[in-house]
Amino acid sequence: MPEGKFCNKTPINTEEQLKATLGDKGGKQYYEEMNHLDVDSDKLWAAIQKTMKSRTKTWLEICAHCGLCAESCFLYQVNGRVPEQVPSYKIQSTLGVMVKKKGKVDNEFMQMCMETAWSKCTCCNRCGMYCPHGIDMGVMFSYLRGLLYSQGFVPWELKIGSGMHRVYRAQMDVTTEDWVETCEWMAEENEEDWPGLEIPVDKVGADIMYTCNAREPKHYPEDIAEAAILFHVAGENWTVPSEGWEQTSLSMFAGDWECCKDNVLNVYAALERLKPKRAIGTECGHAHRATVIEGPYWAGRPDGQPPVPYIHYVEWLAEALRTGKLKIDPAKRIKEPVTLQDSCNYVRNQGLKNVTREIISYIVEPGYFVEMAPNREHNYCCGGGGGFNGIGLYREQRNVALRKKMEQILDTGAKLVIAPCHNCWDAIRDLEEEYKIGIRWSFLKPLVIKMLDVPEHLRPTEE
Amino acid sequence: MYDFLTGPMLWATFIVSFGGLLVRSVMYVKGLSWQLDRVAYRPQMKYGIRGGLRSILAFIIPFRARLWRVRPGFTLIFFAFHIGLLVTPIFLEAHNVMLKNAFGISLPTLPTGLADVLAWTCLAGGLFLTLRRIAFPEVRIITTFYDYLLLVITVMPFITGLIARYEMGDYNFWLAAHILSGEIWLLALPFTKLSHVVLFFMSRMQLGMDYGIKRGGMKGTDMAW
Ligand code: SF4
Ligand code: SF4
Ligand code: SF4
Repeated sequence: MPEGKFCNKTPINTEEQLKATLGDKGGKQYYEEMNHLDVDSDKLWAAIQKTMKSRTKTWLEICAHCGLCAESCFLYQVNGRVPEQVPSYKIQSTLGVMVKKKGKVDNEFMQMCMETAWSKCTCCNRCGMYCPHGIDMGVMFSYLRGLLYSQGFVPWELKIGSGMHRVYRAQMDVTTEDWVETCEWMAEENEEDWPGLEIPVDKVGADIMYTCNAREPKHYPEDIAEAAILFHVAGENWTVPSEGWEQTSLSMFAGDWECCKDNVLNVYAALERLKPKRAIGTECGHAHRATVIEGPYWAGRPDGQPPVPYIHYVEWLAEALRTGKLKIDPAKRIKEPVTLQDSCNYVRNQGLKNVTREIISYIVEPGYFVEMAPNREHNYCCGGGGGFNGIGLYREQRNVALRKKMEQILDTGAKLVIAPCHNCWDAIRDLEEEYKIGIRWSFLKPLVIKMLDVPEHLRPTEE
Repeated sequence: MYDFLTGPMLWATFIVSFGGLLVRSVMYVKGLSWQLDRVAYRPQMKYGIRGGLRSILAFIIPFRARLWRVRPGFTLIFFAFHIGLLVTPIFLEAHNVMLKNAFGISLPTLPTGLADVLAWTCLAGGLFLTLRRIAFPEVRIITTFYDYLLLVITVMPFITGLIARYEMGDYNFWLAAHILSGEIWLLALPFTKLSHVVLFFMSRMQLGMDYGIKRGGMKGTDMAW
């Protein structure tokens, strides 16, 4: 059958399309249409031939079928260790078969692939560390997602998500005006407590250009205010761009590579326009991955680097504490057992494991920090990564996936979890909602603000 | 028969096998794409090499990578199997005699007792690897007929070699069978996933470069494999 009205091979490019697809509540019609969507085998095979090079090809071929990757995958662990959750099986039975059949696969097969790619893998890249051959399923599943997306087999929310990025260049319908207004509003709102607080928009030549996650202006504007407060107290010369402020990429989870490129170029254009000395992104793992780790490659930058040094929030915070730009009042340090969620997207994917612990050393009273086991680059995904959090169709599977993190947190005995990643934060919130284990969770910004030793001249004057 | 197997056939085998593996390595490198793989191989070569070597070393040294430490039993058998597989044929006295006759060179040779132990270890290892494919559901589900076939191709030279060595049955027959199975093994190297003899290094190097360049190496934090 031809393509459906909502479920088809064409990306969402207009606001009208976007609204219409959004109107299909829960993707009811979308998934119904998916049952009749044809596979364009020639196009699929052509795409594979063009993009499947040494790395993926060799991985598919030399996988020793040894099963050593099984235990490394948290989804295998929490799903009763069923063999269908063995990473190697998951990829061989999907991408492997697709390649073997030279793209001649049917609708049913594609739907199975979709389910596997989005509900049995969060692209957390952990298995790659445990495979003797260095076969990284996270990378291969991303690749598979790209193929599936191009054929229209993508969960409804992610089709919309990448559509949002295409239409608004943000994962939510936050326009330039909305964004700038939110910044002004947040500055005003907090001016009284923080005299002189500003959120400078489009200042050329600042030391720092700050970028964030569209969820912040949309749902947690206080996060922007908190960033502003900390920059203000640290005495930074900073700015936010009016355009190119959004660094997340649902398109990366959807496998919409064209859109990924467009978005990251938009951020880089802001860098070129405002010429800051460096850029700092918010507390979000996947946004950092999209803009700083993978982004330069989508943008075609051969050195693999963004146009100016671009760091994650935890790097800036560690630096500000280290250099004394921000001072912590020792009396206000955390004095209860507290643990830290290592976000796969900047720990396993960029090695930012020590800086977070450096921050902990400033804000937690010695003796109260409890590590999860395992931790750092061996840590498990929060359970909601790779888009999993947002996909209604796979909510149940996602809830099961949260159990690994639950066990890890329970084992630490801590009631407070620091989660400097938006998605991990959401997952831990959902985890508490679902399993009620009595924990609290927090980004770093609000914690640090509460324990700041604010210099006299920055305090509000008492009337 | 013996003359043919150790003469022209052996030559052809070496050429096809080693030539084939060389071709595969070259093709691998040529098929890398910085943009598709998202690794700046060339501009960040220094970080890449460092990460690549770390990655290879972590996995060829027993108990170095976390993988090897969390599964000590498997690790022992796995390394014993691979060491036996590599060391025995290269340093076996009988092989070196042939080498000497053909090219006038020879390598240090293994004492017979040790060679025997290594060969038996290999067989035991092969048996274990086969049994675990059958016993463990997580391995069974990914195992295909082809995996068993490759195991057979790999251990056959050892089985036939040991039979000939202990002179069970017709020595000449088993010697010919040994040589032939060895040649089959060598010929299979470039064409099957036994190509991992070289592609393992390629793949590990690649992932190591990835980690060495964009996934932490340039941040000064080495990956704890
Ligand atoms: S550990 Fe690696 S080689 Fe072994 S089955 Fe898993 S992916 Fe394949
Ligand atoms: S990338 Fe993560 S979720 Fe996906 S198969 Fe590997 S370990 Fe499992
Ligand atoms: S949500 Fe957090 S833990 Fe999960 S994959 Fe993303 S960064 Fe990793």
